[in-house]
Amino acid sequence: MEESAKPGLRIREGDCVVLKRDEVFKAVLVLRRRKVIFEKQWFYLDNAIGHIYGTTFEVSSGGSLQPKEKMEETTTDTKEAGTDNRNIVDDGKSQKLTHDDIKALKDKGIKGQEIVQQLIENSTTFRGKTEFAQDKYIKKKKKKYEAVITIVKPSTRILSTMYYAREPGKINHLRYDTLAQMLTLGNIRAGNKMIVMETCAGLVLGAIMERMGGYGSIIQMYPGGGPVRAATSCFGFPEFFFNTLYEFPLSKVDSLVSGTFSSETLPSEPEYNVPVEEERNGSLDEKQTLTQETEEESSTEAVVESNETEEQETMDLAAEDTEYKETKEKGNKENIREKQRKQQERRRKLVETAALLEEKNADGLIVASRFHPTPLLLSLLEFVAPSRPFVVYCQYKEPLLECYTKLREKGGVINLKLSETWLRNYQVLPDRSHPKLTMSGGGGYLLSGITVTAEKVQSDASSLEGQKMEEPTSKKRKLQELHC
Amino acid sequence: MSFVQYGDTIKDGDTAIVFLGHESMFPVKVQHGSKTQTKYGVIRHSTDLIGKRYGSKVTCSKGGWVFILHPTPELWTMNLPHRTQILYSTDISLITMMLELKPGSIVCESGTGSGSLSHAIIRTVAPTGHLYTVEFHQQRAEKAKEEFQEHKVEHLVTVKNQDVCKNGFGVSNVADAVFLDIPSPWEAIGHAKSALKIEGGRICSFSPCIEQVQRTCLAMEEHGFTEINTLEILLRVYNVRTISLQIPDLGKAAEDNSSTGFDSSNQSNQGSLFGILQQGTAQFKSGVPLKEMVGHTGYLTFATKSLF
Repeated sequence: MEESAKPGLRIREGDCVVLKRDEVFKAVLVLRRRKVIFEKQWFYLDNAIGHIYGTTFEVSSGGSLQPKEKMEETTTDTKEAGTDNRNIVDDGKSQKLTHDDIKALKDKGIKGQEIVQQLIENSTTFRGKTEFAQDKYIKKKKKKYEAVITIVKPSTRILSTMYYAREPGKINHLRYDTLAQMLTLGNIRAGNKMIVMETCAGLVLGAIMERMGGYGSIIQMYPGGGPVRAATSCFGFPEFFFNTLYEFPLSKVDSLVSGTFSSETLPSEPEYNVPVEEERNGSLDEKQTLTQETEEESSTEAVVESNETEEQETMDLAAEDTEYKETKEKGNKENIREKQRKQQERRRKLVETAALLEEKNADGLIVASRFHPTPLLLSLLEFVAPSRPFVVYCQYKEPLLECYTKLREKGGVINLKLSETWLRNYQVLPDRSHPKLTMSGGGGYLLSGITVTAEKVQSDASSLEGQKMEEPTSKKRKLQELHC
Repeated sequence: MSFVQYGDTIKDGDTAIVFLGHESMFPVKVQHGSKTQTKYGVIRHSTDLIGKRYGSKVTCSKGGWVFILHPTPELWTMNLPHRTQILYSTDISLITMMLELKPGSIVCESGTGSGSLSHAIIRTVAPTGHLYTVEFHQQRAEKAKEEFQEHKVEHLVTVKNQDVCKNGFGVSNVADAVFLDIPSPWEAIGHAKSALKIEGGRICSFSPCIEQVQRTCLAMEEHGFTEINTLEILLRVYNVRTISLQIPDLGKAAEDNSSTGFDSSNQSNQGSLFGILQQGTAQFKSGVPLKEMVGHTGYLTFATKSLF
């Protein structure tokens, strides 16, 4: 095995990794002596540290991980098999081993492979099953008893699949293939200056950052006090990726567009940026991650929890500096100075970000949020250069119908397209290939288009433009006739 | 301009996209002194294009107008000259994400075909990645090389004219990802495996027929690939239309005081039921599916090569 000094090849303490068992994923932080629960198993990740990503482990007694060598497949030689199931009766009595028997085997420390073998031998109906049925039976038992966990490196592919399966509500039910479309339609690539507005726990932001590779810049618009970047921290990006990541409050967009922007009143910002900074120093704020001692704890909830206490402090900060100097309730002077410095830094960054937006030369806009898309698009497109793509995701179709209409009226966009994607998985086995399941309709909708030089056109001229972009009117009439 | 970087103004030598209207556009090579004919008249490159901002409106000689757009791989895919059947952006998007492509990725691809996917890959792996693309048809390989040069991306791609099934990609243990779109992909799985890095990578095979997929999956398994997964993705497009449906005339009921809710003879009742009412019609906005949609392009099979 070739030793490689490449960074990111081996699992390190502090990494965010993804545990994988068959099709189930879970993101966790690698911390020593920290119990992790995954697929009904408890274990520690200590033994995983130092191994290469992609290593498969078994959970041994005591909760430690043991690397599993690639096993030879238990070849079922042409043993006995039946031709069809006409004589097989499912009376629940075909397995001679009881729950207790199996438990005893497990407690003895018998390996999963052996348990499966025992189950086969003690099944009265096994020999009568067809080869295919035997195959299916063995696969099913293996899945249950030969529990192996692979530790994989996070990526957009893995995290978007994980979030869609585990917590779709957090990402507005954005299915991973829809996310894939957004990244391509938006021409996301190194060197762009992107504007992103998302409320998908930072997953969309992370996906965009991955495709930009640290080049270019991203301005993330956020509602409320600060952007949620729980998913973003799972990607494990190097520090410098965050040097060109900016954020700007939606509550200031109107003032920016109308030219009345002022940095005096900062939104009462909880210190969302702090956990990210701590990450850069190598000691991740554990609440910021998906490490879960109990399945139910949600990281975003935790972040909100931890920030609510800080919000109180920040709101005091937003008040006048002099006022603050007088009230010395917050402890020693060092602390106060530090907080002042941070507030000034935030203000400085806000002004810097505002300037970036005011250049009105962004290379693209991506919107994927729980908010109605129309007002977001109409205002944020102001900051995008002409001849650049934009993509809006919405869980529902109707708001995008309205968005489309308003954009037509406004002008300055072409090639508008409303679409969704259908995804279908297949089982491919010799003589047994067929689709597995269809996932149409559950993945959300996209509205995409390209900006052009906005013209202050007369009302009649703009309607001409609108007509040119739509289907010829004769087709429209035909459609109405069909419906009558 | 560049296919891997945005530029603001149109320059001599650029490839630009002329947009005439809904689903009507074509690429043009910008050159001093050149003229381009459109149904709205002539576009003179020297006066109408060069120096203008991308996204500008250009008025043609007959008075009609067009927009000039900055090229992107997606626009190129919709407008490139077909030398083979091509991959469209829907499949390309899924391939890009499932192969985990990003700046710096090293990718091997065969066959190059008309370069649709190639342009998309180059865009994604720039500026530090590289695409090794193999095409067994000599003229197509030549044309691809030419195009990459014209589009100023030749430093990011190497075109090889050989048969990937016999001679592989020409590189060993360098690729993060391999893509196959050839008639007999199972014959190239072994070569794909050796092109991929030792520590692992991703592979994708695109085949229109399920029989090809079956053989390829078997070959992948035999070569030790894991996470083998076959799927297909289809695009469904909606047209946004304002639809008016006629309200049916259900006649007049006899004089009766016991009217329950919906009385069809009473227009104002219908008005409250249907919102906008115009001369006995109800209007609403709808996302209407196209009459025909693409039903099948090909099956995408993904897998992982790992050390284990």
